[in-house]
Amino acid sequence: MSQINRLAHGGRIDRSKPLHFTFNGQAMRGYAGDTLASALIANGVRLVGRSFKYHRPRGIMAAGAEEANALVQLESGRRTLANQQATRIELYEGLSATSINCWPGPNFDLMAVNSWFHRLMPAGFYYKTFMWPAAAWKYYEHFIRRAAGLGVSPKLPDPDQYDQMNVHCDVLVVGGGAAGLAAALAAGRTGARVILADEQAELGGQLLGEQAEINGKPASHWLAAGESELAGLADVTVLKRTTVFGYYDHNFAGMLETRTAKLPNGGATTRQRLWHVRAKRVVIAAGALERPLIFSDNDRPGVMLAGAVRTYLNRYGVRAGSNAVVFTNNDDAYRTAIALKDAGVKGVCVIDTRLAPHGELPTQALQAGIAVIDNSTITGVTGKRRVQSVEVMTLNADASGVIGPARTFPCDLVATSGGWNPVIHLHSHAGGKATFDEARGLFIAADTLQASACIGAANGEFQLNDCLKDGFRAGRDAAAKAGFKKASRRKLPTAAVVDEAPARIIWALPTTKPIGQRGKHFLDLQHDVTVADVQLAAREGYRSVEHTKRYTTLGMATDQGKTGNIPGMAVLAQALGVANPGDVGTTTFRPPYTPVTLGAFAGRNVGPLADPVRMTPMHHWHELAGCKWEDVGQWKRPWYYPKDGESMADAVNRECLAARNAVALLDASTLGKIDIQGPDAAEFLNRIYTNAWSGLAIGRCRYGLMLKEDGMVFDDGVTTRLGENHFLMTTTTGNAAAVLGWLEEWLQTEWPELKVYCNSVTEAWATLTLCGPNARHLLAEFTDDMDLSADAFPFMSMQEGTVGDIPARVFRISFTGESSFEVNVPASYGLALWTQLFNAGEKYGLTPYGTEAMHVLRAEKGYIIVGQETDGTVIPQDLGMQWILSKKKDFLGRRSFARPDSARGDRKQLVGLLTGDPDMVLEEGAQIVAENRNNPPIPMIGHVTSSYYSANLGRSIALALVSSGRDRVGDTVYIPMPGKVISAEVTTPVFIDPQGERLHG
Amino acid sequence: MLLIPCPYCGEREETEFHHGGEAHIERPQDPDALSDAEWANYIFMRTNPKGLFHERWVHAAGCRRWFNMARNTATNAIIGTYKIGEKPPKGAR
Amino acid sequence: MVKPFLRQSPLAHLHLEARRPLGDGLPEAGIHVAERPHRSQIAVRGQATDPAFLQGIEKALGISLPTEACTASGKPGDLQVLWMGPDEWLVVGGPDNAALIISKLTTALVDLQVALVDVSESRTVIELSGKQARVVLDKGCSIDLHPRSFGPGQVVNTLLGRGHVLLHQTDHEPASGSSAYDIYVHRSYAEYLWSWIEDAAREYGLAMRS
Repeated sequence: MSQINRLAHGGRIDRSKPLHFTFNGQAMRGYAGDTLASALIANGVRLVGRSFKYHRPRGIMAAGAEEANALVQLESGRRTLANQQATRIELYEGLSATSINCWPGPNFDLMAVNSWFHRLMPAGFYYKTFMWPAAAWKYYEHFIRRAAGLGVSPKLPDPDQYDQMNVHCDVLVVGGGAAGLAAALAAGRTGARVILADEQAELGGQLLGEQAEINGKPASHWLAAGESELAGLADVTVLKRTTVFGYYDHNFAGMLETRTAKLPNGGATTRQRLWHVRAKRVVIAAGALERPLIFSDNDRPGVMLAGAVRTYLNRYGVRAGSNAVVFTNNDDAYRTAIALKDAGVKGVCVIDTRLAPHGELPTQALQAGIAVIDNSTITGVTGKRRVQSVEVMTLNADASGVIGPARTFPCDLVATSGGWNPVIHLHSHAGGKATFDEARGLFIAADTLQASACIGAANGEFQLNDCLKDGFRAGRDAAAKAGFKKASRRKLPTAAVVDEAPARIIWALPTTKPIGQRGKHFLDLQHDVTVADVQLAAREGYRSVEHTKRYTTLGMATDQGKTGNIPGMAVLAQALGVANPGDVGTTTFRPPYTPVTLGAFAGRNVGPLADPVRMTPMHHWHELAGCKWEDVGQWKRPWYYPKDGESMADAVNRECLAARNAVALLDASTLGKIDIQGPDAAEFLNRIYTNAWSGLAIGRCRYGLMLKEDGMVFDDGVTTRLGENHFLMTTTTGNAAAVLGWLEEWLQTEWPELKVYCNSVTEAWATLTLCGPNARHLLAEFTDDMDLSADAFPFMSMQEGTVGDIPARVFRISFTGESSFEVNVPASYGLALWTQLFNAGEKYGLTPYGTEAMHVLRAEKGYIIVGQETDGTVIPQDLGMQWILSKKKDFLGRRSFARPDSARGDRKQLVGLLTGDPDMVLEEGAQIVAENRNNPPIPMIGHVTSSYYSANLGRSIALALVSSGRDRVGDTVYIPMPGKVISAEVTTPVFIDPQGERLHG
Repeated sequence: MLLIPCPYCGEREETEFHHGGEAHIERPQDPDALSDAEWANYIFMRTNPKGLFHERWVHAAGCRRWFNMARNTATNAIIGTYKIGEKPPKGAR
Repeated sequence: MVKPFLRQSPLAHLHLEARRPLGDGLPEAGIHVAERPHRSQIAVRGQATDPAFLQGIEKALGISLPTEACTASGKPGDLQVLWMGPDEWLVVGGPDNAALIISKLTTALVDLQVALVDVSESRTVIELSGKQARVVLDKGCSIDLHPRSFGPGQVVNTLLGRGHVLLHQTDHEPASGSSAYDIYVHRSYAEYLWSWIEDAAREYGLAMRS
């Protein structure tokens, strides 16, 4: 296609750099500096997609972030992006885009049948139709999922890199238009750290689309000088293609920077960068967005915003039509009429809702020979895929209807303007309020919770000269409040002031029939919400704008109602008989201002960096041994070590047998270790643990149970007395940080009088647990300064000495019920000792074992795992651990045992289960019932907490929490599973060595 | 996201802190002297005002110290932070 | 038996010193990295308001205890004391010196209510320097590291990427804009942090420093 709508000259595009691209498979051309939208218009493309609900043909209606129609699927395959606004895509060589929400294409769309049934799809259609009966949802869902939604998500991982940056500044200026650039200059000159962020590829904002002059010269001169001055200021950062998408508490802002206009093919560059900004002051110079006039069939391709039409002419050298009607309620749109006329567009005339417009701009238009039809409105649009003509009639006295005769104006472009809305979105994100300016029909930023200010057009200042003044003042002011008071007295730039007459606000323009009966008055083009929908919602009793928004879906599309929200609110107010639209309130704008890709939020926290992998000193030995990993918090722990061809069950059985019959080695380095020192250390432990600690001898270990104040088990572990005032506490792997936090919380907030210091030493030690009858023999080869005999080194004691010439602490404690030695050496020697043990251990049958075997071995002994046998509702008595509850002292959680709930006779208690079929391994979490019958409901009396095959016992074992479980020992219970009911005998929870002979041996 | 003035380290991002619930709830000196209802009140019941709220925070990724904060829950304005054992700042009592 | 040379820092297996620079086509590396393993590190707890404690530290170490938050005393490469919290410090020295430092401290602080814990094994140190060192840290750290707010001698416990670090700035050259930092990281997180730095620094060019 040729660029039939490209003007012969003009615009900011680079005509020396032609670019090729395709749209819906058709080859087209544009220039560097184009957006996809401007290039499409240049190539004569009118129809870009179909609407969301009615699948009506739609064309480009805007030139920026407010575009509601022109959403495209950009590229295909791994890099595809859905729902991209063509107005915000910078054209690049080879770009490929397709229409969305239409199949097979925008010119012939099968779903367009929806528009024939529009009377069946009123406001709240989805709620009314599909809410009931609930069972019918499964029939509707398929239809809705296919019909709704817009673009297609990528199915493959994104190959590009994204990153994030934290930055701090004195002044963040949002928007690089006239006001923003002025603010950045004024703030930057004081020496403050300034960030100027603008969403476009070049600074200038609205100036880029205007023929404005500053200091009597084209505004581009001032822009270039300003940008070059900023570049010379060391502490000023100018970020283009960067959208401040969210503004949060305490002057925190999120910015999305697109770093490559063209999608890169790999390489070191990141595609987008998410900036976290903490600013002392924020200056919001985000400009204003034009709103359309709401008239019958105002969605037809060719109906565009007047400012956008002007931008396409001035910035891109593109005319959006060859025969144009301008439809306005204000003076600004006359600039568009004049520019169209200058560009050679035929038949330019202005329809003005006002009577006898007389301002400076209408006068200029009249002088240029442009016809002005006053006190009138468009009552109808002909042409479905392209405007062909408009019907115009005179408004009646109160603008509630029209009076004849109707005149028809042939045209292919309708440039409409209903006035401009300040972009107060960011102000609103951060809790700012807005007040309604009734005369101008717009919301102005009011009270803010942040150290911020809206300036320029974002504050309703639409005169360029005012924007410049406002910008310099706001920049100086923000810098001063951030502590930079260096004055910079310079002559401020000026622009000519144009006298503009007031607008005439008519929110929904009448046609020949009541609204809804002739054509559609669209408020929200992207979600197909009409004036009739909002009026219906009001009739159905909706009063709150927040509820109406959700009921009608007004403003809930990806454009967040940038063009339709204010007219929508005003229409609601009128329907409710509220005089001032401000009284129905504005909805709260929420981040993001424009969509942000998930890749940017993820940043570099993807793949191997998605979450830290914590490694023990022996990690890489396990890896080379081919272990399977278990994730425990962020730790990787060896789960089991399969030999060639071994199944998990074979490997775990082998490891379990080795631990009870030879010797096995576990990497227990992940256990939490807390060094506790101070004269009150024992008293502190008395309060934290349920049992007594004052009498523990130095060098001895004791098991402890920690409760929360509600009496529920929180953590357990062995604590050793290293000295009179010195203890070493161990915690479960998953709770290491939580327990240290718990200790500090009590010490710092409740018991500051206790002289105790806690320090984590988890990472300082490698812990190698030797377990089994040969453990002593193997260890004896590595130490000559410790007596390892059972008498000299009894169960629950600790010795310091050397192991393999390394200084070590050896604990005789056990989580398997087997004779065990936990060898702790400085972490950096862990791998070396581990390796040496294996070099020497073969003759003893040394076998590495993982967490699965550890779990089986401890279950054979009935040892609990916090978080497996407990779930935050289990008290020690439930576990049969009354023996650990001191009666002589208070401790955290004790008082809760006196609550009636703790004394209930039917509490779930820890028991063992032995299935009737010894090869049947129950599923953990399975529910338990007392009766085997098949007429539910059957009361559930408990659940399986742990279940394994025990190679040592040659059968399955399980632990369970069962109501009144200890009274049921010997009873048979039932575990209903799909297709079968499994019977099991209730037993005590200790399956091996109940006397503890192995343990002490 | 809040910018929290740790009384020891100065202003840091909220990500470095953990919230610790309502402040100034003392553990009863003699738990046995309390009725079940009073004990339950101590363990479970917390106020949830719109407006001024005194709450505990810990600078978990920083100096590991607990401290108190007076915050307006409606605006997230931080009236002040203060060390454990200190009184709330002026304007936050 | 275990020979001393078998002692292994958490990044030793990566052989960083033998690695080629990253960042094709860049004239010079914006980032230099090295692991500084096995530094002696002693956690010291005590009351900064107790003059005897302050004097004891100075007597034992020859440098004063930094009582101002987030600062360090001593000289990088030599004995240093890093502020960790209002009653917590980290004494840092060269490798294999912890026992000697602890014995000096124990002697000097006798009868005081303090705690000394050898945590040399808990952390390794990644030294990060270069013109882009600060920018790389900005990618994952929310502390304001701009020279106006942060400089040599300052130290913070904070988050870098998704892990906890102790970040100590050791140098800054205003002329070149080059900065140097010691990043103390718990050994279980060291490989994660190394991978994170390698990934974040790639665009600026990354060279290993011996």
